[in-house]
Amino acid sequence: MSGMRGLVFSIALTHIRARMRQTLVGVMGVAIGVGFSVMMAALMEGSQNDFVAQLVDSLPHISVTDEQREPPRQPADIVYDAAEIHGLTTRVLRPGIKNPFAIMAALEGWLPGTLAPSVQWKAVIRFAGRDTAASVTGIDPRREMNVSKLPTQIRSGSLDNLFKASNAIILGDGLAKKIGARVGNSIVVTAGSGNTISATVVALSHSGVSQVDDTQSYVLIKTGQILAGQTGLVNELRVKVRDVMQAREVARRIEAETGYKSVSWQEAHEDLLSAFQVRNIIMYTVVSAILMVASFGTYNIISTITHEKTRDIAIMKSLGFASRVIRQIFVVESMMIGVLGLLLGWVLGVCMTWGMGFIEIKSPFMDSTHLPVLYAPAHYVIAGLVALSASVIAGYFPARKAASLQPVEIIRGAS
Amino acid sequence: MTGPLIEARGVTRILDGEVPTTLIAGVDMSVAPGEFLAITGPSGSGKSSLLYLLGLLDVPTSGEVIIAGHATSALDEDARARLRLETLGFVFQFHFLLPEFSALENVMLPMRALGRWPAERMQERAHEILASLGLAGHTHKRPDQMSGGQRQRVAIARALANDPLVVLADEPTGNLDTASTAQVIGILRDMIAGEAGKAVVVVTHDLGLAAQADRRINIIDGRVAVPDPSPVSDVTR
Repeated sequence: MSGMRGLVFSIALTHIRARMRQTLVGVMGVAIGVGFSVMMAALMEGSQNDFVAQLVDSLPHISVTDEQREPPRQPADIVYDAAEIHGLTTRVLRPGIKNPFAIMAALEGWLPGTLAPSVQWKAVIRFAGRDTAASVTGIDPRREMNVSKLPTQIRSGSLDNLFKASNAIILGDGLAKKIGARVGNSIVVTAGSGNTISATVVALSHSGVSQVDDTQSYVLIKTGQILAGQTGLVNELRVKVRDVMQAREVARRIEAETGYKSVSWQEAHEDLLSAFQVRNIIMYTVVSAILMVASFGTYNIISTITHEKTRDIAIMKSLGFASRVIRQIFVVESMMIGVLGLLLGWVLGVCMTWGMGFIEIKSPFMDSTHLPVLYAPAHYVIAGLVALSASVIAGYFPARKAASLQPVEIIRGAS
Repeated sequence: MTGPLIEARGVTRILDGEVPTTLIAGVDMSVAPGEFLAITGPSGSGKSSLLYLLGLLDVPTSGEVIIAGHATSALDEDARARLRLETLGFVFQFHFLLPEFSALENVMLPMRALGRWPAERMQERAHEILASLGLAGHTHKRPDQMSGGQRQRVAIARALANDPLVVLADEPTGNLDTASTAQVIGILRDMIAGEAGKAVVVVTHDLGLAAQADRRINIIDGRVAVPDPSPVSDVTR
């Protein structure tokens, strides 16, 4: 059967070599389709990964807070089938995580990562007559480097400066800009609890995510507790896991063990991640459409060849070539165009992706300076498979028509 | 093979259409081993249609064509193609060579499709056949680089490639000059003379060619004309 395959291949090769210009047009059609598909996928997934990476890096992978998913059941509810409770007032003080250091010790026994305690509070920051709302996070600088990239994100100073002044504060650079504060300035921080302190700006931080840089500030954990008016308060454990994709499972286990609400970065940005899924579906639909359009070119070429080769098909069939062999000849021609286009398309894709990586952008949300691109083998394999399948389908229909041709009709007409 | 190489029993071919056209009506005939048979008749009489039916290029509306003892009416298209490849060789009025292939490649085409011999043997055999037809120096020429007579000889070489039992030729000299015609007839005759058990069926309106046949069947309006104008009895070489 290998002899027959060789025959099919040599006839197919002869056909497409005899129509170099048409073949080249078909090959270019597939190549452009594959090239643009690869480039689009590289851009879409590159920007998505870049965004997720910055998002993940700028926030804890898991945040364990002193909240619970369901409000605790009241004792009266537990004892009686029906109970109505009147006159309760909500506590002003935040409960905080009970025995935070015991919990941390227990978690550190199995956690595939590191964790650090913190105090989270909302506050109004005032400087030079300007007020702005901000998040104040009380941190332990020695542990902080284990759970976030904050130490590497400090500009104009260092994280250790928090120890160098009483009530020292690090402001996000966007936040500092909003109120016009600079390192060395003294600002007023009023917490939601009503406590007010005067703090000295000792450094600025820059995560690259505007949403964070415009609202975030850091103080020592003790300062945070003073602002909250609760000594010893820890209302958040921030966790960094070694494999960011494991965060959801780890968060689930922490919540099961501690009873405290434990939110992974995936859960916190569920809407964003599902938006990415929608975006990916759109992207692959567009990519498939591009390749389908390219396959119309192949269809045209194979149709033209089968039309031009009607007499040759008739003569091959009259010699005794089976319909299956005739079909194979034209499908192989189509595949040859597909494979050549695919190889050229891959090269084109790499070049265009590389070129795109040089384009400078200014994003309102991120501070990327160039279009982020991703070189993923999967993009090339998917584009290749779709292009090849489209080529085979594009070749199959004219090939089937050619194979169904009755030789006697052609021979009678030509004689 | 002692029985007929090809046998037609009550073969009828009617073309479908608003007005059905009868091309061949109830033809009974046979081709014996060693026979050079000419099918003659006026233009449009159905002689080519009969050849196509005998050569399994067309399927009878009714009746049966038997090739080397194999009834063919129940065979599907691919099985008919296989039988054609193994037992029959065709020569048409037009050479019908594949234009992008050389003479050698054209001759090797049916051999490669059949796959009976290894590649070296196929090439050797193609060279031998072409040389025997006086085309030794033209093996690598494409059809457009050869004369009409040379092309037709290449077409005959291709018909002989798989060592067929019967060569079916449809006006093989129709486009040739006198010298080439004589050459082609000589080649076809030699084929029968060279090997026992082979036959040649030629459709022609050339009375000169028909006169050289062992037997002649005259077709008029799709039927075998009676009486046979030049019956040759018991052709059993």
